[in-house]
Amino acid sequence: MTFQAGVFYFFSAVLLWSAAMVVTIRNPVKAALFLVLAFVSAASLWMLAEAEFLAIVLVLVYVGAVMVLFLFVVMMIDVNLAVLRQGFGEYLPIGGLVAVLMVIEIALAVGPRQFPAMRAGVSPAIVHHLSNTRELGTLLYTTYVYPFEVAAVILLVAIIAAIALTMRRRPDTKYQDPARQVEVRAQDRMRLVKMPAEPKA
Amino acid sequence: MAHLIALWGAFPGWSRIFLWDLVKIVAIIVPLMLSVAYLTFIERKVIGYMQVRIGPNRVGPRGWLQPIADGLKLLLKEIIVPSGANKTLFVLAPVLALLPALVAWAVIPFTNTLVLANVNAGLLFVLAATSMGVYGVVVAGWASNSKYAFLGCLRSAAQIVAYEIAMGFALVGVLMAAGTLNLRRIALEQAGGFWHWLFLPLFPLFLVYFISGVAETNRAPFDVAEGESEIVAGFHVEYSGMTFALFFLAEYANMILLSALTAILFLGGWLPPFDFAPFTWVPPLAWFLIKVAAILFLYLWLRATFPRYRYDQIMRLGWKVLIPVTLVWIGVMGFVIFFTPWAFLFYR
Repeated sequence: MTFQAGVFYFFSAVLLWSAAMVVTIRNPVKAALFLVLAFVSAASLWMLAEAEFLAIVLVLVYVGAVMVLFLFVVMMIDVNLAVLRQGFGEYLPIGGLVAVLMVIEIALAVGPRQFPAMRAGVSPAIVHHLSNTRELGTLLYTTYVYPFEVAAVILLVAIIAAIALTMRRRPDTKYQDPARQVEVRAQDRMRLVKMPAEPKA
Repeated sequence: MAHLIALWGAFPGWSRIFLWDLVKIVAIIVPLMLSVAYLTFIERKVIGYMQVRIGPNRVGPRGWLQPIADGLKLLLKEIIVPSGANKTLFVLAPVLALLPALVAWAVIPFTNTLVLANVNAGLLFVLAATSMGVYGVVVAGWASNSKYAFLGCLRSAAQIVAYEIAMGFALVGVLMAAGTLNLRRIALEQAGGFWHWLFLPLFPLFLVYFISGVAETNRAPFDVAEGESEIVAGFHVEYSGMTFALFFLAEYANMILLSALTAILFLGGWLPPFDFAPFTWVPPLAWFLIKVAAILFLYLWLRATFPRYRYDQIMRLGWKVLIPVTLVWIGVMGFVIFFTPWAFLFYR
């Protein structure tokens, strides 16, 4: 077994274990933290496959931003697991069917048959002098520029829709206007009043 | 000696690489930890003099052994785990805070040749590593089972997400000007005197990067995650002894890391400010350390000067000031580079 194979099996084992923990552990905060571990192990596997740009972006976007917001929400809500577990047996057959279908779909979509170059083996000399990031960027902004932009617009629509659905103006909310705060002068807020000293009774 | 070399040759190839890298890592971590210890001392001294006091001067000559005494004290103190706390996560949190701060040093070039891993996507790697630092704070706040710690961790999560965007956009400007993600080559792009350094064409981005760096490291005036006057000590209120010391180490290691990055990205890294005689005599590593020290001094100066921001003002500054500034400047850069004859201003 080569060193790379050892690293691969280690991170694969961690990935599978942490992914299993995400769905089985009772505490939602711990589940979110295991999901972080799963992302990091997946990124390590990609790194091993010399897809360093994808690996780093996975950590940067999912671990560094998405999961932080996720944890933010999960920490504040009080999940009652007993309610969540109700009807586990009822939903088991249909849920299992969906899971099996998903696995088959994933195997068809990203199975070894879809990557002929991977099976043929690209010579490492070609891979090494290419910058992963530059190649991906060139492809994204030339060949695939329309799908890429369409995806971006769809995401933008989703963001605006989410804001539009949840935003409600509350009449009793108080706002501050920093520009007006900065412009304020002492005489606007304070009035000096001259008063005669009161005589002693 | 001969059979030591023979013994070294007897190791399998990968373990030799592994051991040699381990030696290099120790050669980075040990000086870094020493700098962290003495940065705390210098901070107390500098702030002391700025506030017309003397600062620590009792332990050793002129107080030079103060950080050693502090370290020993923290090492010997008891670690108290609050009741109802999640023990595993409570102990894991300071480690999660410290590790990313150390990992990022793997790709920092100290000089043209002195770098542990000269990777192509170095800048992205640093961003990814530093973005994981927030987990230490968030996990600490949640695992402590304390209201103040929890408030501190929520503040920190929101703040870091906001300022990371500004920081990322500021770095997009650097990428546009340097044309590479490799930290070593970004520094080399700035060769030939200080008027080629990126802080001049990218001045707004330089300011945004520095300010969001201060916010990312939870330093004053952005230290609402600690906020002694409102939430006691924020996320580390329940920590004592060595676990507390690890949070401290992480904060100062992050400070030094961000100063080193600022030096490499905007101030020419190890390159001298003038390309002629007396300046080129100074070794490159010394230039690098001088720049890092100067930026660190700015951090201390800020802390001694400014009061803490109010929480909503921090959010306003991040979302409504810093991010628009970076977006506008990136647009200006793109326009100038592609549609005007003045592209040389940004792109060599």
